[in-house]
Amino acid sequence: MMVFPPASFLSGRLLLEEEIPFPLPDSPAIQKLPGLSKRNSRLYCERCGNNEKERFALFPCARCQTECLYCRHCLMMGRISGCSRLVYWTGAEPPYEGEGILHWKGSLSEGQERASQAVTQAIRENGEQLIWAVCGAGKTEVLFRGIEAALLANKRVCIATPRTDVVLELAPRLQHVFPGTKVAALYGGSPDRHLYSQLVVSTTHQLLRFFQAFDVMIVDEVDAFPYSCDPSLQFAVQKARKPDAALIYLTATPNERWQKDCLHGKKAFVKIPARFHRQPLPVPQFSWIGNWKRAVKKGRLPASITSWAARRLQVNKQSLLFFPHIEWMQQALPLFQQLDSSIAAVHAGDPERKAKVAFMRDQKIPLLLSTTILERGVTFPNIDVAVIGTEDEVFTESALVQIAGRAGRSADFPDGEVRFFHYGKTRAAVKAIAHIRQMNKEGLEKGWLDR
Amino acid sequence: MSSCLLCGESVNGRLGWRPFFLLEAPPSICGACRRQFEPIIGERCRACSRPLAALDPAFIREDRCLDCCRWEEDSFYKGVLAGNYSLYTYNEAMKDFIARFKYRGDYILAQVFAGEIKKAAKQLPHDVAVAIPLSQERLMERGFNQAEALAQAAGLDIEDVLQRVHGEKQSKKSRSERLEAANVFGVKEKSSICHKKVLIIDDIYTTGSTLRQAAYLLKQAGAAEVRALTLARGQGT
Repeated sequence: MMVFPPASFLSGRLLLEEEIPFPLPDSPAIQKLPGLSKRNSRLYCERCGNNEKERFALFPCARCQTECLYCRHCLMMGRISGCSRLVYWTGAEPPYEGEGILHWKGSLSEGQERASQAVTQAIRENGEQLIWAVCGAGKTEVLFRGIEAALLANKRVCIATPRTDVVLELAPRLQHVFPGTKVAALYGGSPDRHLYSQLVVSTTHQLLRFFQAFDVMIVDEVDAFPYSCDPSLQFAVQKARKPDAALIYLTATPNERWQKDCLHGKKAFVKIPARFHRQPLPVPQFSWIGNWKRAVKKGRLPASITSWAARRLQVNKQSLLFFPHIEWMQQALPLFQQLDSSIAAVHAGDPERKAKVAFMRDQKIPLLLSTTILERGVTFPNIDVAVIGTEDEVFTESALVQIAGRAGRSADFPDGEVRFFHYGKTRAAVKAIAHIRQMNKEGLEKGWLDR
Repeated sequence: MSSCLLCGESVNGRLGWRPFFLLEAPPSICGACRRQFEPIIGERCRACSRPLAALDPAFIREDRCLDCCRWEEDSFYKGVLAGNYSLYTYNEAMKDFIARFKYRGDYILAQVFAGEIKKAAKQLPHDVAVAIPLSQERLMERGFNQAEALAQAAGLDIEDVLQRVHGEKQSKKSRSERLEAANVFGVKEKSSICHKKVLIIDDIYTTGSTLRQAAYLLKQAGAAEVRALTLARGQGT
């Protein structure tokens, strides 16, 4: 194993003693704190911020010979118990390697340009900025100049996203335009986990291993599950940034509170209501399908779904169908395969998930059934999209806007049909459609759409 | 209302007088998680609990699997272990469970199967229960002994008679390597097992060599009979 100088290994981190692969030298710059403490008379995990009594448990610890407490919330990252200690570095930050200059020849749309300026300014002034951009607006490009400004000012930058898929896609793109800086990609089990880098792309989860490390914190998809539901991930973002760090939030669908804050001028935000290809977002249409679960149980698909799918197979247009739960998708799969045997289904735990997505890209799968895992981040150029069972509670406004955003992504094929098959219209679905319409309206008013 | 120890969803316990008077513990995991585990039902190897239905008939001799027949042909290990009883197959859910419980150290998960282990132990004739020990080094690394944790959660009184002499990880070795390896256990205390029926508790039965090494020493130390009760029956290599 390589030997890492302690400064670059420890700087900006908060690690369990057991996670450090070399003997710790005696240095006043290396400090330790107990893994668990009490805050406001509540038990508190110093790594993940868990303070719920039910999320701790006791065990007879062989190490400290007492009934020792441990945190169950962040257990999968290595157990923090009452007798474990977290190590951090109080010395100077080691210098960064590389030159941080942006190598990118592309151009920005008008909307992107404004957002890019706002991002750069927020980074210069250590401010806060929300970028509210439709799916396909080109959010990543909006960050480029701001990141360059930060790197050149010797600031450390982190882009955090809830999903490993997005880390894997984003890191090489950034590496490509910043060839002079080594981009670290962090996710569970990533080979870069010990790399000291000025530009870090990380899952929100992995940020729990950092402490006041970043001068610029960019949070992608703040609305996405699990970030929106798990308070410890929000805690992770706050913990990993320096107290005066710039904060950039990216989202297509801010939650209701944020939307209100924006409306009332309480939050600095820039909206990009139009896609970079200057075509409007496809507006979803409702189709009532009745009690589709009963139909599937009886071994048939509602007629309108069959005809929708058959038409697409006939004209060779690829499509993506979203199901609320794995079980229903698995039951419906053979029924779809009666239409075409090459129809496939994919879900989060699917070992062939990557291969199936690649097959879909290579157009070897005409129609792919999916749970909400493909709701964001994944782009196929020319597809139609449908949701089966839109009434299910997993399809929130944000999820449905994201799903609809899968259609019409490429400039060559800006049209795509989006259909919400439902057994009862929900508030979320109605709001999602209104949201998309509103964005198109604003795009048109700004003159950022060609039609 | 409590939360599922595995997925965190709320668990609705059964309504009735027994739970009301706390005669019945509320379930520790939810139904959806519970259903992921595969209890061993139907025909199983009389000696090691291996489910016979999924096994190639070429590897079955009457009501025993070929592995167990081979153990009984071994002059050294013949008759050492009267039998192993496993509760579950080592499927994906059980793999994840054991990984989280033993390697990540989620001690409280010992409660999940406590009821089943207790029930099974009652039906296996024994005077004394013994947990497979960890080496000192491994114990410090994990903080607790998973076999002991399972036994204690099931309310079994464990006699501390075994110790691990040297601790090499077993999982990376092939069957023959494991058989040839010298016995890793030692007996600390003979008096409590002499002429007694001993029940060994462990988390998983894979090749059975760990359990037989322990059983061999317990017999040598005077145990009348040695059986094993394990949470999962893995597939030997």
